[in-house]
Amino acid sequence: MKVPFSWLTEHLALTEGIGVDEVVDALVRVGIEVDGVHRLEQVRGPLVIGRVEKITELTQFKKPIRYCRVDVGDAVEPGSTDATRGIICGATNFTEGDLVVVALPGAVLPGDFAISARKTYGHLSEGMMCSAREVGLGEDHSGILVLPRNSATPGDDATEGLGLDDAVLEVTPTPDRGYALSVRGLARELACALDLPFADPGLRELPKAKGDAWPVRIEDPDGCKRFVVRRVSGLDPSAPTPWWMQRRLMLAGIRSISLAVDVTNYVMLELGQPLHAFDAERVKGELVVRRAKEGEKLTTLDDVERVLDPGDIVICDDTGPISLAGTMGGASTEITPESTDVLLEGAFWNPASISRTARRHHLFSEAAKRFERHTDPAVAPVAVEMAANLLRTYGGGTVQLGRTDEGRMEKLPPVTMPISLPDEVAGVRYERGVTARRLTQIGCKVSIDTAPDGTGLVVAEPPSWRPDLQRPADLVEEVLRLEGYDTIPSTVPAAPPGTGLTAEQRRKRSVARALAEAGYVEVAPPPFVSKQTWDKMGLPADDVRRNTVSLLNPLDADSAELATTLLPGLLDALQRNQSRGLRDVALFQIGQVFLPQKGAPRVPDPPVTERPSDEELATLEASVPKQPLHVAVVLSGNRERAGWWGPGRSAAWADAVQAARIVAEVSGVELQIEAAEHAPWHPGRCARLLVGDFPVGYAGELHPKVVEAMGLPKRTVAMELDLDAVPVVENRPAPPMSPYPPVLMDVALVVDESVPAASVEKALRSGAGARLEDVTLFDIYTGEQIGDGKRSLAFKLRFRDPERTLSSEEAVELRDAAVAAAAEEFGATLRA
Amino acid sequence: MNATPPAELAQSALDEAVRSAREAFAAAADLDELAAVKPTHLGDGSPVLRARRMIGSLDAKDRAAAGKRVNEARQAIQSAYDERLAQLRAERDEKVLRQEAVDVTLPWDRIPRGARHPVITMAERIADVFVGMGYEVVDGPELEAEWFNFDALNFGKDHPARLMADTFYVAPEDSRLVLRTHTSPVQARTLLHRKLPVYIVCPGRCYRTDEADPTHVPVFHQVEGLAVDKGLTMADLKGTLDVLARAMFGASARTRLRPHFFPFTEPSAEVDVWFEEKKGGPGWVEWGGCGMVDPNVLRACGVDPDEYRGFAFGMGLERTLQFRNGIPDMRDMVEGDVRFTLPFGMEAC
Repeated sequence: MKVPFSWLTEHLALTEGIGVDEVVDALVRVGIEVDGVHRLEQVRGPLVIGRVEKITELTQFKKPIRYCRVDVGDAVEPGSTDATRGIICGATNFTEGDLVVVALPGAVLPGDFAISARKTYGHLSEGMMCSAREVGLGEDHSGILVLPRNSATPGDDATEGLGLDDAVLEVTPTPDRGYALSVRGLARELACALDLPFADPGLRELPKAKGDAWPVRIEDPDGCKRFVVRRVSGLDPSAPTPWWMQRRLMLAGIRSISLAVDVTNYVMLELGQPLHAFDAERVKGELVVRRAKEGEKLTTLDDVERVLDPGDIVICDDTGPISLAGTMGGASTEITPESTDVLLEGAFWNPASISRTARRHHLFSEAAKRFERHTDPAVAPVAVEMAANLLRTYGGGTVQLGRTDEGRMEKLPPVTMPISLPDEVAGVRYERGVTARRLTQIGCKVSIDTAPDGTGLVVAEPPSWRPDLQRPADLVEEVLRLEGYDTIPSTVPAAPPGTGLTAEQRRKRSVARALAEAGYVEVAPPPFVSKQTWDKMGLPADDVRRNTVSLLNPLDADSAELATTLLPGLLDALQRNQSRGLRDVALFQIGQVFLPQKGAPRVPDPPVTERPSDEELATLEASVPKQPLHVAVVLSGNRERAGWWGPGRSAAWADAVQAARIVAEVSGVELQIEAAEHAPWHPGRCARLLVGDFPVGYAGELHPKVVEAMGLPKRTVAMELDLDAVPVVENRPAPPMSPYPPVLMDVALVVDESVPAASVEKALRSGAGARLEDVTLFDIYTGEQIGDGKRSLAFKLRFRDPERTLSSEEAVELRDAAVAAAAEEFGATLRA
Repeated sequence: MNATPPAELAQSALDEAVRSAREAFAAAADLDELAAVKPTHLGDGSPVLRARRMIGSLDAKDRAAAGKRVNEARQAIQSAYDERLAQLRAERDEKVLRQEAVDVTLPWDRIPRGARHPVITMAERIADVFVGMGYEVVDGPELEAEWFNFDALNFGKDHPARLMADTFYVAPEDSRLVLRTHTSPVQARTLLHRKLPVYIVCPGRCYRTDEADPTHVPVFHQVEGLAVDKGLTMADLKGTLDVLARAMFGASARTRLRPHFFPFTEPSAEVDVWFEEKKGGPGWVEWGGCGMVDPNVLRACGVDPDEYRGFAFGMGLERTLQFRNGIPDMRDMVEGDVRFTLPFGMEAC
């Protein structure tokens, strides 16, 4: 909300030395955010009131141009008999006889805009007629400023009337403080913050009325708690809005439209009560407040026909709905430039209902913004009265005797709390009487009581505009914020001793670090993917990864799915690096994936007034899709750089598998690796990763078709595994440390090409037993010597006995046992 | 018998032998040359050894003196040799080492080091600060039941705050699932299960429907802290935030609270941090939100608000990294460009 400083401080007894800066600080201190302060700029030189005497339309130009003779009073050149000046103007929103603001040659407008007499469009232009923007009064530049006739005399200094020694504050009260969306509410906050006397403009005596202003029936007392109407007749529809009101609206960012509309807007800004003006002549019969019926339609002020929802509150006359309550009026009873008879309506609408209606129809009007934050039901008749008076004063209307005031407002229930509670919560010892004083200051009726146990109590009756004060905590906040958070000291509580990170948390960090040390760069791409990604990745139609959670309102309609795998995000990042000229890229991510489950319970919605039952809680937790933590890597380009040492080495399937081994090693588990065919990997270069018999992920080179479809560098490799499925081994066993010397032996075994090396190694280990301390595959050979379809695997074996020195005969026996096992399982023969 | 002693045993001859040996050793330019001249001066045919063999032919009375002379000469030659040998060996060693010299400025990053993401290492570092104070680290799901993200946190069903949260909703319309808009649902999950008192810190990813721009990203990280215990005060909250501020921004850093509104805290505040190294000079920056846990939240989680009080706070990590390290565009943190991440290395930034 934008509010001029002069308006904001009108109801305060401002003391010396309190200026814009002090007011801004005070507002921020009590929790009203000030997003901006716009100080109006002074105009230097002659800025005067002028009256347009004669308009000549110049039609030979592409756009409408007017040559005007303007009476600027005394400011006439000596010796001239013509009391007017010629001024060229591009605006058309004025007529002969209008009062305008003229910057004469020599004037300097905001933005160092110097005015001089000059020849333009074939005439001498001796000055400029100004728009609101040109004099720094707002953003309006759609036309020039036109002041009400007879409000000034040509030649008067215009500077004072424009009020340029002012500032506009842009404030954003928090959504719990609806009352602060008004000058009234903001001024009260200021009064509290600065301890200044405040005259509440919302607490005026109402004149007595006689009878109803209009028949009104509230059929939906839940939707409408109060409905007030006053009628003003005999209005002069051409009466202009007084300049002071125009100016305030302008500075508040609201365009002046007509007196009746301007008055309702003005009162809304002043008191926080949105008003609606009906053209009484167009309203047919009794006004009825009810919920809309299924299928009912209403054309609103913005000329949009809206299909109403049974949840919408509407105001109807004999013809049906004529206004969408609290949100936007209807076109059929709208005030027109001819309206002379006006019904002013001020009501209190159910905030939640207005909020839903505004959302449903995407109508976030100024009125709805206030109603959904709770208006002050007590101020409704005051606001209606104020508007009626303004229309009488400035529109020549007559306020009719009747006042309709339907509905019933209940008092807000009193809140009782121990008087020491604010001190206890703040950790501060406030001065005696502070709590009662502050609560009184915000409008509560405060009394002091004593509990049966002798505790001092404070009982606060909240004012009608503070429905948010319901609990002791709410009162505590008021005392603390008005006393100032800066008076709260800094202490540190003693938490009970903690146990540090969990094993899984430590493992996650270690995995991240190990991968980073191994050359991978950590990234955190967003998890949004497109359904087409699964096709590009070549996932079969029934692949479980296609079963995704979808967003209702994605930022990009094309990426509405939550990823079931980390690969799309990583590959996207890989590609981005490629497109930026970085060829050798290795990335990793540790992140949650989103796996919907068939048969998961519907998400329940238990009440929040107490702890949900264990059963409700279990259902609640079970209804949320599983989100296991995955770790994945992608690589392309060189894994080892080329350099003066020689050529580089391209990233290959083995790097991806090795990344998985790093993860397993960090976790303390042994990873089983077997060949697999699994999209999006290359069917001949894909490893399934298992812990025991349980598959936890895949690694290898991506399928060439996937690489092509996704536009990736050739031979891109990837690994992904479910980190949550990899157990963390704690308390790892102390390794046996034999002091005896080892015996080293090499064996070369010839096996079928299809036999995995890992299986042969496993067989060797099982055959030799515990005394085989280490096995290393150091060479692979294929060639004529050993025949087609065969390969030779050469292993280094290290034997050691825990108890004594192993003799070479014993070592040979162990080796033979190892080889025998490999022979039995895979037909391995010792290479000659 | 009084024979004339052989000329080889004369002092002058021996002196000459020593002199010529010294000269020859000195003239040897390397170990090979030295080895080549050694037999001439210390070998069987050398003057001193020939002289020694002649001692027996002397008169008995002269033998001792002659023997002493010869020995002295021999020792002089031997030590001249040893010295030269040591000298030439040292020269050779030095030469070999010099030949083995390399250009030590050559690069050797065959497998370049990777890097951790600075936002994630920052989350870890913040977690460590709290672990040091006895807190425990708790994680939670990013896709969350609305009940945990909003209801349990005292967001009324139609409260404007719920609408202002810029939430990603999950299809279908009534799924009651959202991408969490903050890490606060972890508070509720924890309170519902853990024994009191509770002191926890929850780092994690959050989601809001903000279009990406230099200071917003739709997917971001937060760290949330929660303490629920008997007798906790807002001063405790302030002190805890000061500890974190000093850990993250240096010993002179401090915080300031401004009243604000959050549904799940009452009183609520925004936290500003003041620090020396701020880009553009020391000053205040908006950092995060905090407050005393709203009694409604405690109640929904089965905690008696008359017995326990709590405080909670949370801050965005992309934002923290941005103003702490003076990063102009937040989008650089999420695009995964390795040029951004690599300079941060392994540890928290």
